[in-house]
Amino acid sequence: MSLPPPDPGIGVDEWVARSGGRREYAPGLRGDAQRLFERLGWWQRLGLAALAGALVPLLTSNDFQLQVGINALLLALLAVGLNISVGWAGLLDLGYIAFYGFGAYGFALLSSNQLSTNGVHLPAELSIPIILVLAATLGLAVAVPSRRLLGDYLAIVTLFFGEAFVEFTNNVAPSTFGGPNGIFAIDPIRGFGGQIITNRGYFYVLLILLVATMAVLHLLDTSRTGRAWRAVREDPLAAELMTIPVNRVKLMAFSFGAVVAALAGTIFAAQQTSVFPTDFDTPFLILIYAGLILGGAGSIAGAVAGGLILSVTLDGFLRSPTESGYIFYGVILMTLVVKLRPWQRLAGVLAATVALGLIAHTIVKAISPAAVAGGPQSSGWIASAVHNWVIVPNNPTTAGNIGFVVLIGLLIALVQVHGRPRTILLPPTLFLAVCVWEGRLVSEPAITRQLLIGAILIVMMNARPQGILGSRRVEVV
Amino acid sequence: MKFFIQELVNGVTTGSLYALVALGYTMVYGILKLLNFANGDLYMVGAFVGYFVIQWFGGPMALTIPVPLLLVIMFVLAGGGCGALGVAIERFAYRPLRDAPRIAPLITALGVSFFLENTVLLLLGAQTRIYNTPDFISFGIGIHIGPLSIDIVRLMVIVLSVVLMIALTLLVARTKLGKQMRAVAADREAAEMLGINVDYTISATFFIGSALAGIAGVMGGLVFNQVYNLIGFVVGLKAFTAAVVGGIGSIPGAMLGGMLIGIAESFITGYISSTYTNLIVFGILIAVLILRPTGLLGRAPLQKV
Repeated sequence: MSLPPPDPGIGVDEWVARSGGRREYAPGLRGDAQRLFERLGWWQRLGLAALAGALVPLLTSNDFQLQVGINALLLALLAVGLNISVGWAGLLDLGYIAFYGFGAYGFALLSSNQLSTNGVHLPAELSIPIILVLAATLGLAVAVPSRRLLGDYLAIVTLFFGEAFVEFTNNVAPSTFGGPNGIFAIDPIRGFGGQIITNRGYFYVLLILLVATMAVLHLLDTSRTGRAWRAVREDPLAAELMTIPVNRVKLMAFSFGAVVAALAGTIFAAQQTSVFPTDFDTPFLILIYAGLILGGAGSIAGAVAGGLILSVTLDGFLRSPTESGYIFYGVILMTLVVKLRPWQRLAGVLAATVALGLIAHTIVKAISPAAVAGGPQSSGWIASAVHNWVIVPNNPTTAGNIGFVVLIGLLIALVQVHGRPRTILLPPTLFLAVCVWEGRLVSEPAITRQLLIGAILIVMMNARPQGILGSRRVEVV
Repeated sequence: MKFFIQELVNGVTTGSLYALVALGYTMVYGILKLLNFANGDLYMVGAFVGYFVIQWFGGPMALTIPVPLLLVIMFVLAGGGCGALGVAIERFAYRPLRDAPRIAPLITALGVSFFLENTVLLLLGAQTRIYNTPDFISFGIGIHIGPLSIDIVRLMVIVLSVVLMIALTLLVARTKLGKQMRAVAADREAAEMLGINVDYTISATFFIGSALAGIAGVMGGLVFNQVYNLIGFVVGLKAFTAAVVGGIGSIPGAMLGGMLIGIAESFITGYISSTYTNLIVFGILIAVLILRPTGLLGRAPLQKV
């Protein structure tokens, strides 16, 4: 089964397009599946993904698991929206979270008793469009002052805008905006004579909205506007010479992002039935960025995958020490397997790590039994497996802190050296990482979460800027 | 009148801190065109270094060494430590991205800032630490002429900042390193072809900018007394605004911007309300960006094609 090389689409370099024809497929069934998948149109793939998503709530009726799913879909929706300005137009939008907050607060005000004594209880089919239009306008209003300026000024203005939003909701008119106590008793989504109150219902609402947004954005991406965005991202000057209205195109990207964020915000407010200023603070913005960068900025599928993976990992697995242990050891093993070739080197490093741990544990125990008395702070079979291997003192806090700092130093050193020194440095780094994990990080899940998010941004940008699913940009000189 | 002068003194004090942190932003921006979000967090690290120096020498109530010596040790350790940290960050996180698209190092900088904040949270916890400056430096000493009254701590902060700014200006204008910095800022490739060690110059820039942020952190600890892992964010944001208002990339601009923001903030807090301080500072930023997009002292960048 061989296909003729596809016609290069508009705006696609012919050489790049032909690279598809040169691709080698895996033999057997896997290759057939690959070919079949590539023959599917984008809407068929999207439909398959949506179908898979729709099956999830049928498998579980556990409210916590559904909540994890809702959070994941929300983060995916937010990442897709952020992708418009960051991934396509190349604008660093640091006030994105404020539009999410705007949507949530807008919905909260229009569907609760905050605005007047009897309250405003607009039906959702009315309130959500109003909020989206307002969000688009607000997006334009924020971006206009920085439109002519260097792209970096946009980052500053938007960062300040995001901060100002939190300040505003915290301090201004507490009787209306609720101040730090937020707004309670928000209506669920109520419209067209029905209402949605169950988590399962919100899961489907979000899934439908996500799929619809993806479809719209895909059409937008392949349209003239999408090509203009990418042109502006690559080289604003050249784009301007090609008669692309650079400023207007940038404003559009910004505004579209604001609308998607506000949409996510309305659903968030309706599902939570309460909003607080802290829901829209910087840490959550960094989380959205981490999701987008993890999946791959510039690709819709990447943004969605990154958001889903990150959210499910953080909410679903990093809550209990045992499950987060699976993630920790799994990711380390996977990285080693992928990065260490040939297999003799991998086996050598693993054997050296195990030997190093056994020797170190024995020596330290002989010198001072208290220094290994702490044992792993997690539980489960992994913990019992490494119990006589790791060095965790009785009171692991101080030792764990020192170990953490040393570990970061070792990681930096590891990046700087290559070849044999790196292989030699690997076992002690791995051993220390496990000690720090079992001794300190496991007992601080909230901080570990944040550290992980920060690390994702740094490591992904340096090691694989195209993310998991994105493709490396072809640079034409 | 007395109130006005008091607010002015407070404004100049905070303004000096903002100016020092803003210098770090503006120098790095000038040379790499990178907004180094982590600079505000180096302020926080510097403040913690100062705090632990005080604890190391017996705590604020029972210092084992004379106060001037203590201050010197605090400033040297905070400056040197933060400088080294800044160089390490550049080496590890930004250098591999020097030729990447503009947005890549910006996102990395965001990650570095977040990582630093949470590392400190992991190591030191979330509680606020107190410098207790009045226990070892008497605020009664200082200049008191008519309505003008500056206590010794604020006086030291202002004088030291001015000295540092003059030193930095001289460094950039007169020394060989300063010449190299200007050359790399003007055109990195051409500078490299002329035999300038670009990596070294950039590292030196990061060292100086980060050291200034660290020193500002100690000053901030002495003046405001409170230290916790998130203080760097707000100071960084204000310093950032200061750098932009003054004209990012311009060293005198950062000083002017820092002073302006500090004084404006002090007067808004004193005469209007502390609730709206940040919102009004934001308004100033927007106004400057609309009226003078390159900042007060900045020049429009020449675009070479």
